Amino acid sequence: MTTHDDTIYDDSAPSPGLDEDLPGADPYGASVDDDTEGAAVFTVSGGDWNDLVDEATALHEERIVVNMGPQHPSTHGVLRLILELDGETVTEARAGIGYLHTGIEKNMEFRTWTQGVTFCTRMDYLTPMFQEAAYCLSVEKLLGVTDRIPERASIIRVMMMELTRVNSHLVAIGTGGMEMGATTVMTIGFRERERILRVFEAITGLRMNNAYIRPGGVAQDVPHGAVDLVRGTVTELRRGLGELEKLLNENPLLKGRTVGVGYLDLTGCTALGITGPVLRSTGLPHDLRKSDPYCGYETYDFEVVTRTGCDAYDRLRIRIDEMYESLKIVQQCLDRLQRTEGQPVMVEDKKIAWPAQLAIGGDGQGNSLEHIREIMGTSMEALIHHFKLVTEGFRVPPGQAYVAVESAKGELGCHTVSDGGTRPYRAHFRDPSFNNLQAVAAMCEGSQVADVIVAVASIDPVMGGVDR
Amino acid sequence: MSDDGTDDATDDATHLESGEGAPVPDKETDSPQTRTDDDPRAVDTAQHTGGGRVAELSAEDLEPVKIGERRGMFGATRGQDTSGYGGLVTPTLLPGATPRPYGSYYDEVADRLGAALDASVGYEAAVERVVVDRGEMTVFVAREHLATVARVLRDDPALRFEMCMGVSGTHYPGEEGRELHAVYPLLSITHGSRRVRLEVTCPDDDPHVPSVVDVWPGNDWHERETWDMFGIVFDGHPALTRILMPDDWPGHPQRKDYPLGGIPVEYKGGVVPPPDERRAYS
Repeated sequence: MTTHDDTIYDDSAPSPGLDEDLPGADPYGASVDDDTEGAAVFTVSGGDWNDLVDEATALHEERIVVNMGPQHPSTHGVLRLILELDGETVTEARAGIGYLHTGIEKNMEFRTWTQGVTFCTRMDYLTPMFQEAAYCLSVEKLLGVTDRIPERASIIRVMMMELTRVNSHLVAIGTGGMEMGATTVMTIGFRERERILRVFEAITGLRMNNAYIRPGGVAQDVPHGAVDLVRGTVTELRRGLGELEKLLNENPLLKGRTVGVGYLDLTGCTALGITGPVLRSTGLPHDLRKSDPYCGYETYDFEVVTRTGCDAYDRLRIRIDEMYESLKIVQQCLDRLQRTEGQPVMVEDKKIAWPAQLAIGGDGQGNSLEHIREIMGTSMEALIHHFKLVTEGFRVPPGQAYVAVESAKGELGCHTVSDGGTRPYRAHFRDPSFNNLQAVAAMCEGSQVADVIVAVASIDPVMGGVDR
Repeated sequence: MSDDGTDDATDDATHLESGEGAPVPDKETDSPQTRTDDDPRAVDTAQHTGGGRVAELSAEDLEPVKIGERRGMFGATRGQDTSGYGGLVTPTLLPGATPRPYGSYYDEVADRLGAALDASVGYEAAVERVVVDRGEMTVFVAREHLATVARVLRDDPALRFEMCMGVSGTHYPGEEGRELHAVYPLLSITHGSRRVRLEVTCPDDDPHVPSVVDVWPGNDWHERETWDMFGIVFDGHPALTRILMPDDWPGHPQRKDYPLGGIPVEYKGGVVPPPDERRAYS
């Protein structure tokens, strides 16, 4: 549906947006809201704690506001907690975020649909595969190719997502343990995670920020020997998880710190839109892999783990049990990968599928020699096609789509809008951490300062995903 | 059904034949302005389908919504497109209203919503149009009735969308009078992960949308984010402040008129311009 227009399009006009008349027009200037109006301010950065306490008590102030973070080792990155204390009791808790905002969603609007994967993988840096999967599933929905994704691509996606879930849960438990002072939990957690990162490196080439799942399939097939590597890793992971379980499950110190801490029941979770392990710790078996399956999850055999304690301890136990379920899925994936050996991993449509046939070249990476020989030597059409698809990208019909996947932390939704161009018109991610962090106040108010750390750790927020 | 260019659209509608949406005979065009409550056929239809507007969709409603246009053969701007035919104009069209049946569970949701709304503000007044596209249902809600619709969707036992998965903004500078859209993905765990999307629009010079925080408290931060990024003011939000950008940040970064920013980067003797100044094809 096109018409003719003789006017020459002029886009040289300057774009508005930044209003210089507004206060604080200098975007890099200092904030104007740092006024504490004559209240006593103490900066805690070393020194004798008792001196500070004496000084503070001398003021006879009942109400103390403690600013925890954004640079604090136990707030999972740059989370800022503003706590109002009455003695050791938290009377009010607020979370301040935005310290890691990098404008990923805005940046995605200036790159092609395929390049978008490279951006969204960096949001929640512990669950790269989930962002990639959610984004690619929504792009595929816009393209209308959901049913044409090859089986092998979906199997690889599921396997990578489940390994990512284990990876994320290991970090959640490891850092959570460290924040409570249990460094052995941390070292075991990171040791086991290392195995998964090694698998990721073997399959995708990168340990994190993989950009492996692409609209239409995955970037490349799993390399030779990957199935055996993963099979070995699963066995090792089971052993490592057993170690973690022995260390944690019935540990009286851990139970003392976590049982009944960070309580949030089903009513609270529903009201606040909480999903993931936090919701499942209230006994509700809500898991998108079961209730709204994608990537063929309905064909895998696994259980949704629930517990009924609504507290940090049960969330930790859920995470451990979920890792076993994930490994179960990974093993099923491995059998299917062996069965589908040699099948395509990218959609047939050559207008969408990248022509890249990656292989290890002389420099350790790059396109396969065969493909280079074809496009440079014999087929001019193939060369043009390759060039157009990579530089310009494919067009996506106008419309919008929302696809959600069950990330390690809850519902990760991706809302994409296309205007028919080669770049996303809008890509919005509903990150589970962003939503779940709202529960900090509900979980922490009325508890001790030390419990705040445990409660926040049980939400498992990753600020890269929260701030995007 | 866009507010802009109603005259043009009306002209188009008169000579457009529509199979499904036969207009009500005693009216020239069907629009919220000309629609009356006592229209016998509309009442009949509403009773039959629980508020569904089967017979009432006019050709105008079914028209796709134009949000902008693309110029040139490859969409390249900044005078970089030296190839192809530069005088081409292609409108960018988002899907228009969908006639019944919607398919899947969407008919049931629409019927139920219609029946519940007719008891209060009325389906016609609250729901501008329903779009079913790519297997997803989008309900365009008049912004003044958003709170009512939200409450019905959450509280009605047959609907029970107890979770709202946030709000995402979209800026369409080309859709005059409806530049800003707020999109609410809803989830019903009770009914086995049913999903419906609410969409509310507001003009750029009156960017107000009622808040749904008292219906879905979890939307607190999401609405703050959308205010921060798009400048949509959510009336009734308990503390609508910036959340991702600094408190004194000027402008709303995700709007289409806000520049991406960036500096040219030198690499191996060449200069790579910032992303928004590179050759682009969309």
